[in-house]
Amino acid sequence: MDELTTPSSQTPSKPIGNVGDKAVPVENLEPAGFFTQLKGFWITFIAQFRKVTTVQYPEVKEPVAERFHGRHQLNRYEDGLEKCIGCELCAWACPADAILVEGADNTETERYSPGERYGRVYQINYLRCIFCGLCIEACPTRALTMTHEYELADNQRGKLIFEKEDLLAPLRNGMVQPPHPMYPNTDHHSYYRGEIVASHPSQGEAVNDA
Amino acid sequence: MSIQQLLGQDPGWLIAVKGAFVFVLCVILTLLAIWSERRIVARMQQRLGPNRVGKFGLLQSLADGVKLALKEDLIPKAADVAVFVIAPIISATTCFMSFAVIPMTGKVNLFGHKTALQMTDIPVGVLYILAIASVGVYGIVLAGWSSGSTYPLLGGLRSSAQVISYEVAMGLSLVAVFIYSGSMSTSEIVAAQHHWWFGVVLFPSFIIYMISMVGETNRAPFDLAEAEGELVGGFHTEYSSLKFALFFLAEYVNIVGVSSLATTLFLGGYHALPGLTFTESWLGGYFTFFWFIAKVAAFFFLFVWLRGTLPRLRYDQFMQFGWKVLIPVNLIWIMTVSVLRIASEKNASRFFIGGFTLGVVLLVLAATTLFETAARKKRDAEIASENFDPPAFPVPEIPGSHARRGVING
Repeated sequence: MDELTTPSSQTPSKPIGNVGDKAVPVENLEPAGFFTQLKGFWITFIAQFRKVTTVQYPEVKEPVAERFHGRHQLNRYEDGLEKCIGCELCAWACPADAILVEGADNTETERYSPGERYGRVYQINYLRCIFCGLCIEACPTRALTMTHEYELADNQRGKLIFEKEDLLAPLRNGMVQPPHPMYPNTDHHSYYRGEIVASHPSQGEAVNDA
Repeated sequence: MSIQQLLGQDPGWLIAVKGAFVFVLCVILTLLAIWSERRIVARMQQRLGPNRVGKFGLLQSLADGVKLALKEDLIPKAADVAVFVIAPIISATTCFMSFAVIPMTGKVNLFGHKTALQMTDIPVGVLYILAIASVGVYGIVLAGWSSGSTYPLLGGLRSSAQVISYEVAMGLSLVAVFIYSGSMSTSEIVAAQHHWWFGVVLFPSFIIYMISMVGETNRAPFDLAEAEGELVGGFHTEYSSLKFALFFLAEYVNIVGVSSLATTLFLGGYHALPGLTFTESWLGGYFTFFWFIAKVAAFFFLFVWLRGTLPRLRYDQFMQFGWKVLIPVNLIWIMTVSVLRIASEKNASRFFIGGFTLGVVLLVLAATTLFETAARKKRDAEIASENFDPPAFPVPEIPGSHARRGVING
């Protein structure tokens, strides 16, 4: 506000408008000269031969910006356990009320995430989502991030409510589909510190036994 | 035998064939015009324009037409139904009619008849075109009025005021042509330009005609009748489906119409460019059609170029320009032309002609200089006498915000 009101913060090369109490005519009130006006015709004419900026979208797709806000993704630890702990901070942060989370307790037999809780229900309503990214900022475990995917149009409203399985990151090499136990001899702190780099063979066996 | 006499010998069926040809030509030219306008304006904005339907998007306007025809045809409750339906028909039919007297080729052989590609020729052909153009405005005015809605009414009123004002300028710019060609028949005017195009001889008339033809067709920068920012769609706001398509068609046929009239009156019609007159006999004379179309296309490009370059005029400035600049300039010009014409017909001395021309030029220069100095003095005095109050409340400094022009304090 101060910057706007004090003229000293601006550095005008020539006086414009009021200077003190003395009226100074605003410069260049005259209409542009005839040939200056004709210049516009030249500009539009040569513009025809400039490079066209149009991208032939469905055929040609340009990469989006690195930090583009696209569809959300629920990430996993390196052994396949989900990062989401069902804390609902994303849902609380959401200004559009687009996220629904229902947490549940992990048990010894059925474990989806390290620690106590996991997100049992996770829905994002893309009819409401404004892609502001506040949910990503709110997430304490970096479980929720945004991808570069932006083609989210559909022809049914129901299809635009994305369930947990739509949002979960795919299983990469070395990952095991939960539920399965935590890496042997670790706790959720080890997970949080990023000490788990792949699944242990026993984690996969546990799934097969069950 | 003159073309007028040739056309008088056309049998009825030949006239019908020519009529059908003119109609088809107009429709095809409209489709091409819409496509090329969208492509050219797009290039001026470094875009591509429609390129999906057909090769290079050539069928885009056809697809748009089909889309429009399949849309729901709405008639507002408050509309005067009969007039509402008739208005687009008036618009679309009159614009085609002016083509009846446009000469498109020289003498050619059509189905064994010696004739010219011109539907008919009447001694007052140009007046006929002006009259038809005025009737065409009824389409717009009635559409605006019968919609029973505010913006269309405003658009229709604007359009009528606009077309009336600019038709005066347009008619006056044609007077010089009539004086020089000694005829109002289009074919004779074209014939009179065999050596010198009137666009060169009567350059001021040509310029004024080009300005007023843009005003007459409601095109940018004079498209106040359908100013989207102010009047939604102007006179056609309430129109949809085929009725809207008819207005769209009428607009573009009108553009082609005034362009071909400009070609006929000022650019030598179907005559070849200077130095290429030998091409006029190619293809048994049909090659002159190419020259005609080429000139019309050049005018159309001008329309597109104007649209791509200039912003819309403010309404009062637009009217001021028409009444206070175009018409007086035109009147002075016509007087000069008439005097020179009579002088040359009476074999006046070169001294007189040169002196008279010089006198007129000097007078015009003196008048404009005086006018401009007076205007500048007035403006300077206004600025000097303005005594601005320092703003009481600390508001952000905006360049020019305190220049309350016309308000003189103390």
